[in-house]
Amino acid sequence: MTPCEPSKGGVVPPALRARPDGPGDALIPDLERTAAQVRLDVLGMIHRAGSGHPGGSLSAVEILVHLYFREMHLSPDQPFDDDRDRFILSKGHAAPALYSVLARRGYLDPSELDTLRRVGSRLQGHPDMRRLPFLDASTGSLGQGFATAVGMARGLAARGSRSTVFCLLGDGELQEGIVWEAAAGAAHARLSNIVAVVDCNGVQLDGTVDSIKRQKPVSTMWLAWGWHAVDTDGHSFESLGSAFMEARACRGPAVLCARTIKGKGVSFMEGSCSWHGRCPDEGELERARAEILGGGL
Amino acid sequence: MKTRATREGWIDGLMAAAGRDPRVVLMDADVSRSIGGERFADRFPTRHFNVGVSEQEMLAEAAGLALAGFVPFVQSYAVFCAGRAWEQIRTGICHMNLGVKIGGAHAGLSAGPDGATHQALEDVAIMRVLPNMKVLVPADANQTRAAALAAASIEGPVYVRFGRNPVPVIYPEDCSVVAGGADVLREGGDVLLIAAGAMVAACLEAATALEAGGVSATVINAYSIKPLAEDLVIEAAGRCGRVVVAMDHQEAGGLFGAVAELLARRCSVPVEPVCVADRFGESGSPGEIFAVLGLTAEGVAAAARRVLERHAR
Repeated sequence: MTPCEPSKGGVVPPALRARPDGPGDALIPDLERTAAQVRLDVLGMIHRAGSGHPGGSLSAVEILVHLYFREMHLSPDQPFDDDRDRFILSKGHAAPALYSVLARRGYLDPSELDTLRRVGSRLQGHPDMRRLPFLDASTGSLGQGFATAVGMARGLAARGSRSTVFCLLGDGELQEGIVWEAAAGAAHARLSNIVAVVDCNGVQLDGTVDSIKRQKPVSTMWLAWGWHAVDTDGHSFESLGSAFMEARACRGPAVLCARTIKGKGVSFMEGSCSWHGRCPDEGELERARAEILGGGL
Repeated sequence: MKTRATREGWIDGLMAAAGRDPRVVLMDADVSRSIGGERFADRFPTRHFNVGVSEQEMLAEAAGLALAGFVPFVQSYAVFCAGRAWEQIRTGICHMNLGVKIGGAHAGLSAGPDGATHQALEDVAIMRVLPNMKVLVPADANQTRAAALAAASIEGPVYVRFGRNPVPVIYPEDCSVVAGGADVLREGGDVLLIAAGAMVAACLEAATALEAGGVSATVINAYSIKPLAEDLVIEAAGRCGRVVVAMDHQEAGGLFGAVAELLARRCSVPVEPVCVADRFGESGSPGEIFAVLGLTAEGVAAAARRVLERHAR
């Protein structure tokens, strides 16, 4: 992979290895260091942009790092290879985390991260594949990315592709009716080339998911739609690794119900709906950075 | 005069497009038998996906199929595919400029007895405002076949509106449709009648009636509502000096809106609508409902006389 540049905080990400033709073989300590770097990136990007969604970006960090460094068949050198695995960020508001992971994986120069949400930037507030062509879809309207992932899986299966479609949703997003429609559709079509991940951070914009529209346990919903559901710890690379292995092995569509913490890694953001879409000020950014760096990089 | 339902022409076009291009697939949302999709499914069983009563899923999945390299056609009643799934079309298809081809069936007043819930009178307005979207409203079964074929090769998203009931056949089987095209079906110098869909035949009939009263009309079938054949319309509007626009759609945002916007920018002449005036439809046979709302040859002729009086030369 392309060596990462030193970040502004002076943290040098590890030289992660990944086979260009297959899933990465990064070691867990390396993945954890990358996750910490992504958290620093996310907070810095949102701070500089003046707006964004830190809570749901931080909860998804390990899932995204695992996918891009260890799970998906992809190569930054050949971003349009037809055999690559696909990824759709249905919870498009976690775009800062995705952009950071793409940068640390070698798709973007990390310096471009500073342009988030600026006029003319390729890094739109929500992912835009017409500006950032190696994205597999544009997203941002909740529920749609998931249904588009199902359609993509349907199409890839129809033409005998080896590729798997991965899709990340939020748990609040499951309130969208289109998720129910497409989940039932994927199960009916017996699609074995799609793995969904639900970032179950338990918090949505207006409050906790339980207080707005209770829907636990999440895995029960997916089982009812006909999916193979795997419960996992969304912040543990070990747990994610075995959960994805199980998901890939099963026939039919599979979902990981990943227990996560909104705002994970920053104590004053964790579990709080007020940090769903709030921008940290200078002092908050420094406190957050100190906590992440103190966590051992 | 021979008549045929435009939905039959749509399926003819899909079959022909699928025969020419292996990337063409069809998605249905449980009204396949009603529109005629089972004919496609019988011929191309592995290229037909029926997702059930789930229009939002269908449109969002179609985006995924396009991203996976296919040319997906989707179809449902216009109220449900254009209306219910509008935001999937906007954000999931048009924003990415994906080549999803949307068939709005049973559109306008052709859904007659089903009543207001099933009569799409707003679909063109909400499709026309979307960047990248092209909107085709063919006038008869043969032109609908050509529109489906054209949609398959036009880049990006296309909305094709067609109806349920037989309408007069105006075009030959080998007619062609292009985005931004329009056909002058009759030449006259006193008034310009512009229509799309089922009202094209009514305008031709009205032009004949007007001629008996000494009024000569040009009739344009503006089947490509977006992009509109602007130069053709402006030339004819300038020459005739008065315009009537007829379509079974709300005045706001439909063909009347499109023509009025164009005339406001480039050619200040009076224009009269023969459209639906900010109301819902109701149950009845299509012929009865067209008459109740004044969308008839007589209604067009009366509007022509009004606009001639408004702007006597």
